[in-house]
Amino acid sequence: MARVIVDVMLKPEILDPQGQAIVGACGRLGFGGITQVRQGKRFEVEVEGELDDAKLADVRRLAETMLANPVIEDFELRVE
Amino acid sequence: MTARVGVITFPGSLDDRDAMRAVRIAGAEPVPLWHDDADLKGVDAVVLPGGFSYGDYLRCGAIAQFAPVMTELVPAAASGRLPVLGICNGFQILCESHLLPGALTRNRSLHFINRDQALRIEAVDTAWTNRYTTGQEAVLVLKSGEGNYVADTETLDELERTGRVVARYVGTAPNGSQRDIAGITNAHGNVVGLMPHPEHAVAELTGPSVDGLGFFTSILAHLTEGSPVRAASTG
Repeated sequence: MARVIVDVMLKPEILDPQGQAIVGACGRLGFGGITQVRQGKRFEVEVEGELDDAKLADVRRLAETMLANPVIEDFELRVE
Repeated sequence: MTARVGVITFPGSLDDRDAMRAVRIAGAEPVPLWHDDADLKGVDAVVLPGGFSYGDYLRCGAIAQFAPVMTELVPAAASGRLPVLGICNGFQILCESHLLPGALTRNRSLHFINRDQALRIEAVDTAWTNRYTTGQEAVLVLKSGEGNYVADTETLDELERTGRVVARYVGTAPNGSQRDIAGITNAHGNVVGLMPHPEHAVAELTGPSVDGLGFFTSILAHLTEGSPVRAASTG
């Protein structure tokens, strides 16, 4: 069993109102000096058997077709 | 022969029955379509209704784009053959399917918005808006949490330049939509996505106006009289 982590983040130019709301809360809670929070998603994808290039390519395709919307989001893959 | 307009029900669709009612009031025949059935039943046009398809898990409309019924719909719509109107969640599905550019993201205020909203109809050369006049205002229900339209500057400029902004919010966009965009069309003018709900504004008793009926009389006119739509200027 292999595990691939897919991190999905809104592109830097896309407004992230959720992250902004968190920054606002940081100030109210006394966590000073926090200037920006961007909120993203982390997917843990488990794959049967050994992870070869073909399977990793499959996960990449899954990420770009479904897990992330490339119009507004970037993603990164890493094998854990 | 009456035009047959299909309305797809996904798990979590809410406004499919109102969409079918609007089709009927406009004088066309509504045909229920099912997400899990890869068959459009030979309909002449399709409405993707509002709601929360597949719970809107992952992203709004992200899972619905892979429903079996979409396998026939997407190529037919992309080629310009099949008119498709996506309302609210339906607009999100059209963007996720890449039938329309850009994406719909969380409202800038983070609040779900539910109100009667004035729009200005700007593109009247589409299959779904040919019964309006340019600049006509329409009051429709806006009810969405993720209606904030975003696209890169190049795409926005292209939409403006080619007259593909179908409707804008009057005043400032309540959800933060770029350039106050409430609805757009594709290059062929057969696919239209709209965030507010025309199907809720087709009868005085049940809506804020009857301004939404024009979307449904437009598709009927397009199908029965061949009301002209824009020629595709770009792919």
